[in-house]
Amino acid sequence: MQAAEREIAENIIRISGVNPRKCMKCGKCSGTCPAFNDMDIHPHQFVSMVEKGKIKELMKSKSIWTCLSCFACVERCPRNVEPVKLIEAARLSVIRRQGENHLKADEIPALLDENIPQQAIVSAFRKYSK
Amino acid sequence: MQKIGVFVCWCGSNIAATVDVKAVAEAVKHEPGVVYSFDYQYMCSEGGQSKIRQAILDYGLTGIVVCSCSPRMHEQTFRKAAASAGLNPYMVEIANIREHCSWIHKNKDEATEKAIILARTAIAKLNLNKPLVAGESSVTKRALVIGGGIAGIQSALDIAEAGYEVDIVEKSPTIGGRMAQLDKTFPTLDCAACILTPKMVDAASSDKINLYTYSEIEAVSGFVGNFSVKIRKKARSIKTELCSGCGVCTEKCPSKKAKSEFNMGLCNRTAIYIPFAQAIPNVPVIDREQCIKFKTGKCGLCQKSCPAGAIDFTQQDEVVERQYGAIVVATGFKPISLENFDEFSYSLSPDVVTSLEFERIMNAAGPTKGQLLRPSDNTHPHTIVFVQCVGSRDTSGCGKPYCSKICCMYTAKHAMLVREKYPDTEVHVFYIDVRTPGKNFDEFYRRAVEEYGVNYIKGMVGKIAEKNGKLMVQGSDLLANEQIVIEADMVVLATAIEPDETAKSLATMLTASIDTNNFFTEAHPKLRPVESPTAGVYLSGVCQGPKDIPETVAQATAAAAKVIGLLSKDKLLSNPCVAGSDEMLCNGCSGCEKVCPYGAISYIDKEFKAAGKVEVRRVAKVNEAICQGCGACTVTCPSGAMDLKGFTNRQIMAEVDAICR
Repeated sequence: MQAAEREIAENIIRISGVNPRKCMKCGKCSGTCPAFNDMDIHPHQFVSMVEKGKIKELMKSKSIWTCLSCFACVERCPRNVEPVKLIEAARLSVIRRQGENHLKADEIPALLDENIPQQAIVSAFRKYSK
Repeated sequence: MQKIGVFVCWCGSNIAATVDVKAVAEAVKHEPGVVYSFDYQYMCSEGGQSKIRQAILDYGLTGIVVCSCSPRMHEQTFRKAAASAGLNPYMVEIANIREHCSWIHKNKDEATEKAIILARTAIAKLNLNKPLVAGESSVTKRALVIGGGIAGIQSALDIAEAGYEVDIVEKSPTIGGRMAQLDKTFPTLDCAACILTPKMVDAASSDKINLYTYSEIEAVSGFVGNFSVKIRKKARSIKTELCSGCGVCTEKCPSKKAKSEFNMGLCNRTAIYIPFAQAIPNVPVIDREQCIKFKTGKCGLCQKSCPAGAIDFTQQDEVVERQYGAIVVATGFKPISLENFDEFSYSLSPDVVTSLEFERIMNAAGPTKGQLLRPSDNTHPHTIVFVQCVGSRDTSGCGKPYCSKICCMYTAKHAMLVREKYPDTEVHVFYIDVRTPGKNFDEFYRRAVEEYGVNYIKGMVGKIAEKNGKLMVQGSDLLANEQIVIEADMVVLATAIEPDETAKSLATMLTASIDTNNFFTEAHPKLRPVESPTAGVYLSGVCQGPKDIPETVAQATAAAAKVIGLLSKDKLLSNPCVAGSDEMLCNGCSGCEKVCPYGAISYIDKEFKAAGKVEVRRVAKVNEAICQGCGACTVTCPSGAMDLKGFTNRQIMAEVDAICR
C-alpha cells in the first residue's frame, strides 16, 4: 500500500515540476490562503504530505477541490515551492484513475446554481464522468 | 642538469587509498634529472620535512618535487623546509596528486597512472626552474579603518593600543554607527549608548587615532604595506576648530522639514543638525539640500547666532591623500527596503514599523522619548505583533536568501522589554524557527516566553490589512493547524539586513572580493575569517556577514591583531613569481599595460646602443611589488617579450609535453 502511495506521490511531483523538499515549513502559504477555513487539509500540509508520500488522505479529501487557484501561495512563498501546482497535479491524479466516475447525471440537479453557466455543466460532465 | 629529489606523500589514506604511492616513487626514479625518489606517510609532518632536509644535504639536491596535496595547503611548508636546508625555496614544485587525483578518481590503476604523469610534469617544469629571490617592500606604519561603527572603533582602539597610528573614515557626521541607534542590547539588556559612548570617547581622545567624519574614500592605489588613499572630507559648512558644540544654531534653524536619519525618518530634524546628543565630534553639519540659505540665499540665522563665528557657507569639500600599511573594512549594514513585501502594508500604515524603527521608539532619546506610542495617533498599543524573517531566508528573489542572524534575538528582546514596561500589552511573535546560538541566548528567549508571557506562534503572516484604525494580521498557526487573525495596534517587522550601499564601490576600489549578497568575502571561511584575499585588506563586522555585537567586537579585535602583525614588520617579502619583459623583444604596443588588472605595468622610454647607433624605444616596465603574477600580460604580449618568472612559457610547454608523452 505504501509503495503504491509513494508512486502516486512521485507522479504528482513529476507532473507538477514541484520540489516539495524546498519547503522550509514556514506556513506563509496557509497564512495567505483565502480558502483556508473551507479546507480540512491545508496548503502547508499538502506539500508536507506529498513529500512524505502519504497522500491517500489527500486524494480522498474535498480540500483539493476547494483550492481557488488564486496563486496567492505562489506569490507569497519565500522558497518558490508553488503549492498550487501540487494541488492541480493531485486533482489530475484523482481524475485520471481509470473507471472512477466523479459526476453522475442524477447528482446535477442538487448542484445547480443560477450563477453556473451552461458550459460549466457540460464540460464537467465531459471531464469527470466515465 | 638538475639533481632532483622526488617525495611522494601517502597523506595517510587520503592519497594512498586510491594511488599506489610506492609505484609512483618507483616510476619516476629514472626521469631526467631525478637522483632520489622517496615515499612517506605524512610528508608535511616534522618527520617528513626532516627527511626532505636530510636528502637535500645527502644528495646535493638542486630542486625537489613533492607529490602531495594542493600547493594551496603546503607549498609554503615545503618551501620553508627547502630553505632551511639551504636550497632556494623556489626550486620546489608540487604535484597535486590529492585534490587533482586521489580525491576525484575511484579506479586505483587509472589514478596511479595519472599520478605518475602529474609527477613527471612537475619534474619537467622543475628542470627549467631558476632560483628566485623574493623582493622586499617597506611598510607604512599607519592603518586605515573604513567605517566608524562599533567594529571600526574597536579595531582602531586595539591597533592604537599596540602603538600604531590609525585613521577612521566615517561617511556620516558622527562615529557610533548602528549601535548608537539601539536601545538595549541582548542578552544582557545593557544600554547600548552606555557601553558604546565610552569607546567613542576613547577613540576621539586617543592621540594615535585620527577621526575623519563626514568623509568618504575616493580612491585607493598601491599594495599591502604601501596603500595610497584619497579621502574626500565633505564640507560640513562649519569650521570644526572654532565650533564649541553649544547647539544654538540647531535651536535657531527655521528649516524643520528634513527627516531625521538617526531616528529612521520617524521625526524631523533641522537643516543644521547634530545627529544625536552624544555625537562625536560634537559639531553640527549643514544639510545643504534642506538649508534655506543654500537653496534661496536668504536666512543665515545660524551664522548670525553662532557665538564662535564657526559657520562657513563657502566651505568646500577637501580631498586629502594619506599613506597606509593596512586597511580594515568595517562598513556595516542597513535594513533592506520593503518594496517587495506589500503584504505587510508597511507603506500603507504608519503603525507597521521595522525593528530598527521600533528600537528608536523604545529608546529614551528617540522620537517619543521612550514612550511606546503608535506613530499614527500617539496612543498606547494594547496588542503588538512581531513578524520574523521579513525578507530573510527568501530564495524567491523578493528578499535575501540568507538568515540575518540577529533578528530572533532582538525580537525576543523587544517582546520582553514591552511586556516588562507595559504588562497590559499583549505581545505575539510569528516565527519560522527561533535561532539562539550564542552564550545565554536560548535562556534569554525562554525567559521571554516563560516569565514574560510572550506568545510565540509557529507560522507566518500572510497579509495585514487596516480596518478602523486597527491592523488585521492574518497568519497561520501551524501547531494548532489554524489560520488566525489577530487584531493588532502595532506590527513590527524583523527586516532582513544587507551590507551598506558603499560596499560594492569600495570593494572595486580595494580590489577586494564580495559575494553575490555584497558581503565582503573572507580569505577562508573557517581559518581566515578576518582577512580579505587581497593582501593588506582586513574585514571587521557585518560587512563580512550578519553578526551580533559580541561577534563584531571579537572580529574587530581579530582584524586588529592581523593588522598589528603586519605593521610590526619593517619590510615585507613580495612574491617573486612576477612578470618581466625582455626589452630586446618588446615592441611598445601597450597591450600588457591595458590588460593588467593591478596597474602594475608602465612604459618608459629607454636608450639602446647597437652598432654604434643610439636609439630610444618605448618598453614595458613591471612594478614587481604590485604585480600579482596573474599572467594576463604574458598571454596578451604579441611578441613573447613578456614572461612570468616561475611559470615561463617554456616551462608550461614542457609540462604539456610531459602530459602528452
